Amino acid sequence: MSLLSLKNLSVQIGGTPVLQGINLDMAQGQITAITGESGSGKSMTALAIMGLLPQGAKQQGQILLDGTDIVQTPEPALCRMRGNAMGMVFQEPMTALNPVQTIGAQVAETIRVHENVTKAEAHARAAAMLDRVGLKVAPTRYPHELSGGQRQRVVIAMAIAMRPKLLIADEPTTALDVTTQARILDLLQGLVDEFGMGLLLITHDLAVVADVADRIAVMQHGRIVEHGPTSDLLRTMRHPYTRALFAASTHAVDLPAVQNDAPLLAVRHVMRDYPTKRLSLFGSRPTFRALDDVSLTINRGERVGLVGESGCGKSTLTRAILGLEPVQGGQITLDGAPVSQGDHALRRKMQVVFQDPYGSFNPRHHVDRLITEPFHLLDNPPKGAARDQAIAKALADVGLPSDAADKYIHEFSGGQRQRLAIARALIVEPDLIIFDEAVSALDVSVRAQVLDLIADICRKRPLAYLFISHDLSVVRSITDRVLVMQGGKIVESGLTESVFADPQHPYTKSLIAAAPQLPELAHAADAL
Amino acid sequence: MSRNLIIGAGLTAFFTGLAALSFLWTPYDIEVLDIPNRLLTPGGAHLLGTDHFGRDILSMVMMGARTSIAVALVAVGIGMGLGVPLGLWAAARRGSLLDDVIMRGNDLVFAFPSLVIAILITAVFGPSAVNAIIAIGIFNIPVFARLTRGAALPLWERDFILAARVSGKGAARISAEHILPNIANLMIVQGTIQFSLGILAEAALSYIGLGAQPPTASWGRMLADAQTLVSIAPHVALIPGFAILLTVLGLNLLGDGLRDWLDPRIRVVRT
Amino acid sequence: MIRFALGRLVSLTASLIVASIVIFAVVEVIPGDPAAFMLGVNARPDTIAALRAEMGLDEPLIARYAAWVSGMVQGDFGMSWTYKTPVATLIADRIWVSLPLAIYALALSTLVAFPAGIYAASRRGGAGDTAIMGATQLGVAIPNFWFAMILVLVFAINLRWFSAGGFPGWADPWAAIKALTLPAIALALPQAAILARVMRSSLLDMLGEDFMRTARAKGLTCRQALWRHALRNALIPVLTIIGLQFSFLLAGAIIIEQVFFLPGLGRLIFQAISARDLIVVESVVMLLVFTVIMVNFIVDLTYAAVDPRLRARA
Repeated sequence: MSLLSLKNLSVQIGGTPVLQGINLDMAQGQITAITGESGSGKSMTALAIMGLLPQGAKQQGQILLDGTDIVQTPEPALCRMRGNAMGMVFQEPMTALNPVQTIGAQVAETIRVHENVTKAEAHARAAAMLDRVGLKVAPTRYPHELSGGQRQRVVIAMAIAMRPKLLIADEPTTALDVTTQARILDLLQGLVDEFGMGLLLITHDLAVVADVADRIAVMQHGRIVEHGPTSDLLRTMRHPYTRALFAASTHAVDLPAVQNDAPLLAVRHVMRDYPTKRLSLFGSRPTFRALDDVSLTINRGERVGLVGESGCGKSTLTRAILGLEPVQGGQITLDGAPVSQGDHALRRKMQVVFQDPYGSFNPRHHVDRLITEPFHLLDNPPKGAARDQAIAKALADVGLPSDAADKYIHEFSGGQRQRLAIARALIVEPDLIIFDEAVSALDVSVRAQVLDLIADICRKRPLAYLFISHDLSVVRSITDRVLVMQGGKIVESGLTESVFADPQHPYTKSLIAAAPQLPELAHAADAL
Repeated sequence: MSRNLIIGAGLTAFFTGLAALSFLWTPYDIEVLDIPNRLLTPGGAHLLGTDHFGRDILSMVMMGARTSIAVALVAVGIGMGLGVPLGLWAAARRGSLLDDVIMRGNDLVFAFPSLVIAILITAVFGPSAVNAIIAIGIFNIPVFARLTRGAALPLWERDFILAARVSGKGAARISAEHILPNIANLMIVQGTIQFSLGILAEAALSYIGLGAQPPTASWGRMLADAQTLVSIAPHVALIPGFAILLTVLGLNLLGDGLRDWLDPRIRVVRT
Repeated sequence: MIRFALGRLVSLTASLIVASIVIFAVVEVIPGDPAAFMLGVNARPDTIAALRAEMGLDEPLIARYAAWVSGMVQGDFGMSWTYKTPVATLIADRIWVSLPLAIYALALSTLVAFPAGIYAASRRGGAGDTAIMGATQLGVAIPNFWFAMILVLVFAINLRWFSAGGFPGWADPWAAIKALTLPAIALALPQAAILARVMRSSLLDMLGEDFMRTARAKGLTCRQALWRHALRNALIPVLTIIGLQFSFLLAGAIIIEQVFFLPGLGRLIFQAISARDLIVVESVVMLLVFTVIMVNFIVDLTYAAVDPRLRARA
């Protein structure tokens, strides 16, 4: 008998169907993965199983957990099941914990809600559980004192404290660095083996799925389009959407060759210190060194990647290069001249594209005003018809229609917004663009299109860029040379292919080893 | 458009209209005393009755609306005019000594409730409506400065501000072009709330004699005069009180309604 | 935690110093010659000279300021010109009306607002919520001194449950509390309305937080999650409002004292203003400001007790 069985499950919210006829079975001791792009209904499936659908949601069909239909179970009984028969781990470990309670108390609460035990006993069991999930800090600590990976371990301990039969993990590693992700996935696999529970793993990352899942269900627009054992599914890929998803995940960009090797950007021995909190009331403030003797060069037309985990100094370096923040040592020159806030002629040669497609634009301005903002850097910005022409050209360059100019930013999708961000960067015809995690927030299929667009632009005009990303596979396909950063230092650099094929520094090796890999499949390339 | 917004706008328009009308016409001249007709109950020739000097209460309420609205409006103007730029400036120089000085200065003003400021000013300069404006206005400055800074700080971390900086724009220009339009709704809503608080504060100051002085009519003054008469002629005390209550209620509903209408995110939370 | 408290103490002292300078400047510097100001235009030159000598006005400003501050630190607030008694004695007599009144009102307001706010939040959109929110709209809009007059009209004049004003002293504590009850209710009503609204919206904000979903996933019922997780987090903004409200209550007490003829600081300060007794005005204002700053200090410490993240920050 299967542990969990969804039978023809449908959910509507406010009349809009979000799940349509979902059928899924999973067994004890197995890892079943649900994958798909944003809006496909993955998370809604998880919430339905937990009985935590948002208010006003209507559901039909059955969700049988060990024979009990969750759809029909009244709320008080559901409360007794949650945390006891089924546990859940969420995506965002930074906000999933109550900030004003110790982690030990929060884990112990799961036990005390379901069992009539003394406070001391619950805390002792909580401590043991925290130990089991590999947390090395005392249970008396508060969440804000822990890193993201540590907090996710606490959330896992909370979810499994009662040893539930079913554990649902909704994008449990998406907010984490790649090495932390590998350790959390290891932990989850270990727990499945040890406790014999079923793990329903929800993730957008096909590579994670291929690595750990026994079975995969692919979702699109609220339906499961394909579903089966991992190896079978990856081998056959019957549904075109599965093939498209797979192709987009392994998408290789066709970059033109570098044309020129004159130096453009030179960063020399740059130091950046941030003041941190005072240790004593009257002493001087200690500093944190975010960039430690960083040197790098980018030649004209060269595409350079920068990889590293969160907190390694990637964003600080971006801001330093753009001249947005002062540096405490070293020098940054563009075309031989030092970068400074006031030098408009120099700054025109350098633009930036940020990560967040929603935060990169002032929501109160029209697109024409948004993408022409860099004209401020020009002595004689185009006006009237010339301006309209420049706008139309910039929009055309990124594959958007010219009537986009009169719209507000909220009328565009995430991928279109990143195109607009690129249009804004291109409008002053810079020599260098910094892509700061520019595709990290996008779904795989959209990401592949934006990467193709970047390659396309390189083909039309000479463009150098610094491509900053935590995603090794993206950097591998879109750069000529790569820099690896750790703790404010550049620990390795070299041609992209040689670094990935033969990493020298132990940190680079650990990064590459930790990154989940999709198996090479022959027919994946011809799917798109 | 919500029910709050309609009722609030209606009440506000009604009392603002009364105040405006008082410049052109009032039923009676409030500076003329008519002792024989004192303490008339509402109805007849005097729609809302007369006070202990035989003055027409409706006319007094109209003139009082003018005082209350003028004082509160100017006080909000002072608070916004100084508070918003200070808050923008502090946010643009966040973490600097200037930011610290502005924010500590704000904390300090918060330690002086507007009544205490009014007491200090009155003790030295004597009571007047202008003192009430200054006292309420000063207290409004840190309210707006804090709110502006608090709303502007997260905006400064947003990518679109970074993009503007990459486009070579300076702090003042970014504050005007990008920050201000994004906090304008918040300021409008808060301005409405401070306006209503200003009406209440003006009434309180006039009531204890630190605000508008006779012969200027004011709702607080009317209540002070009516206090000893409350058992003989309750309407003399009730009517100005209802005028204050309805004006303040109208402004609060208007503020709530505007917030729901202007900022869709908040509307979602309140459903 | 100790470092946090020390840090707050430093900024509290700085605030007090700046506040005292501001008050001193307004009262003793702006009028030019305070002695002539206090005595009015018809005063004889020798009376003015006598007052000047008594106030030490011939000393340099800095010395006068220093003397004023060091006097206050030792409990010497100077001598009232009109009462011819030490200001400290005048204040000591009256503070036992004003301070209990403010605290009484704060207690009432909190006792009413917390349950009302929590109830409204837990029944969001229901009839109870709508009724409570409607009532708070009215409560926020009512001028407290007018509400006080209505209370007098209803409960003192018509029903005769309470006296319409006056204060019997603390010799009979029960009578004293009874005399302060209507004033405290009048003071508390608008504050309770504001506090209930803040409590409700703060709680509702918390209900949308990720950790609330985590709590539900553990098996807590809606109500358990509200009480165990949302409430303590929601208290943080509520505490800010309570701190701010104390200064309004203290100032409001001065106004309400007028309605009920209570012999508190309000009466003292209005008599002092009309008699131009600047020495009394200066000291009472300083005392009010001192109280507000102290209350905010206590609120800051309470904050740190509620929120571990603040304890870490110095």
